[in-house]
Amino acid sequence: MSESQTNPPVKKKTVKWGEAPKLSVLDALYLPAIASGLATAVRHAVSGKPTTRQYPEVEPEIPPNYRGVHRLNRDEAGRVKCVACYMCQTACPANCIEIIAAPAPKDDPHWKDRDKFPATFTIDELRCIYCGMCEEACPVDAIELTSVYDLTGMTREEMVFDKEKLLSVFDQTVKSGRDPVRTNRGKLGPASEVSPTAKDAPPPPGRGKRG
Amino acid sequence: MISSLLEYWPVLWPALAAIAVILAVVPFLGLYMTFIERKVAAYVQDRVGPNRVGPFGLFQAVADGIKIFLKEQLIPDHVYTALYFIAPSFSLITAMFALVVMPFGPVATDYQSGFRFMVAPGIDIGILMMLAISSLSAYGIIVGGWASNNKYSIYGAIRSCAQFISYEIPLGMSILGVVAIAGSLNIERIVASQSGSILDWNMFWQPVAMLVFFTSALAETNRLPFDLPECEQELVGGFHTEYSGIKFVLFFLAEYTHIVTVSFLTALLFMGGWHFPGLPGPSGASTTVLLLGLFVLLAKVSLVVMVIILLRWALPRFRFDQLMGLAWKGLIPLALANLVGVAIVLTLGLPKHLLIATAVLPILAAYYSASKFNASLAEGNTLRNGLRTQGAVSYE
Ligand code: SF4
Ligand code: SF4
Repeated sequence: MSESQTNPPVKKKTVKWGEAPKLSVLDALYLPAIASGLATAVRHAVSGKPTTRQYPEVEPEIPPNYRGVHRLNRDEAGRVKCVACYMCQTACPANCIEIIAAPAPKDDPHWKDRDKFPATFTIDELRCIYCGMCEEACPVDAIELTSVYDLTGMTREEMVFDKEKLLSVFDQTVKSGRDPVRTNRGKLGPASEVSPTAKDAPPPPGRGKRG
Repeated sequence: MISSLLEYWPVLWPALAAIAVILAVVPFLGLYMTFIERKVAAYVQDRVGPNRVGPFGLFQAVADGIKIFLKEQLIPDHVYTALYFIAPSFSLITAMFALVVMPFGPVATDYQSGFRFMVAPGIDIGILMMLAISSLSAYGIIVGGWASNNKYSIYGAIRSCAQFISYEIPLGMSILGVVAIAGSLNIERIVASQSGSILDWNMFWQPVAMLVFFTSALAETNRLPFDLPECEQELVGGFHTEYSGIKFVLFFLAEYTHIVTVSFLTALLFMGGWHFPGLPGPSGASTTVLLLGLFVLLAKVSLVVMVIILLRWALPRFRFDQLMGLAWKGLIPLALANLVGVAIVLTLGLPKHLLIATAVLPILAAYYSASKFNASLAEGNTLRNGLRTQGAVSYE
């Protein structure tokens, strides 16, 4: 610090000068400190209360809003709920969703109320960053992140989940009762409800009063 | 040749048996010491520790051993190959060689009766030989560090060298008091001099010597808080950075053998060895008494091993200058003063229990160092007060 520079004055009351503590004879002897350290070690050793969880036997409780492996939901009819709108693929920052849409087979009575469905739907679980954007983007709540966290595989190909595998994750999580919080399973979301007349339909977002 | 061998057979077979026991037990012991260490460490840290292999993870040590034997023999390009291979074996050989004069069970000083729990009983310079051999183990570390041709390894080796030179002195001097009282360098005789009541154990009238011995011995084994030659945070792995697989394990075994040696020495020299109140001495004793003595000795040794393992989790590592300061400014003067005390008592023919008064020595030393520290503190405080009044800080 140069001579010309003076520190701005400070209030005397706000300054606390610390003093280094004095060393007592016992401190300088070290033995009491060592003994107390040993006592602490022994106390923990004999306490018999390990904080470890025996993992594969005892599984952790995963909160339902955990962002783990994806699932593709089914509707009441057991069909894939996804309407192949590409919203999730567009939203995905990691570019790991790949959808090929196809028109729903109209002559099949099972599909007669649906326009589009995903012919293929793959998610590369290795590229995914588990951000949950796909879940946010989906207008019909068809894609969801589950609390399944133990995702393993022997090859990279195995980790690219296709439609069947994603649907099986759905079945599996439904069966084990580990549904994600957002789930609206069994019902299509508002965007997929068919409005009887255009008048009743909600105004498209962004148009406001003048629309 | 054969006939002379046969002639010496009665003397030879116990020695060979003891050698076999040592050769068989040491690697096993090393493996299980790591297991015990891991378990104790886990319990101290509120964990469970290895518990997958066998009941309580008891076979973990075996699994580790198998794994280590099957590991790839990696030889880095830049090492001095011959020395690189010699170093670990040298470490282990010296560590095991020191066990030659170590009684690992009750040995009668007349060497007549009973099984001799010892490879070479009746060596009159036993403790001297033990110290000489165990300080040779520094060569293993230094050669290993040098051969690795790596700056971290050589730093570790140099540190270990400096540490050995410093801690040999208090180690030897602390033993001298015990040796002078027993009047022999022979370990069995030193133990025999502690027979009788529990108060005859050296730890009660040589407390300072025991303290100094234990501290320096810890430093000799390169254990925490003195594990500077291999501290991971500063030196990657220290002298064994470049070692892997079985060669690393040889270093490791040497270290654990050292711990066992040191624990045995502490138990033998200061804690009465195989003596326990009510237990008769080993000369002319029955097998039961001998086994009881063996048990007593092993119990004492395990106690010391336990303390060594627990100390690791109780103390932080020393800085290197603190390490040196402790040896040269703390332990050596203490050991010297203790030795002078012993000399006075022995020369004047005073009762040896007067030596318990040496226990005040560390307190005096602590008083001295505390007052010195506080004086330097006061100096520092005046310096800061000066800063305050010189206007480095101005008040409103
Ligand atoms: S969680 Fe994120 S990264 Fe993964 S698929 Fe969905 S949007 Fe893409
Ligand atoms: S956003 Fe939903 S409905 Fe649209 S393609 Fe993705 S999963 Fe299917």
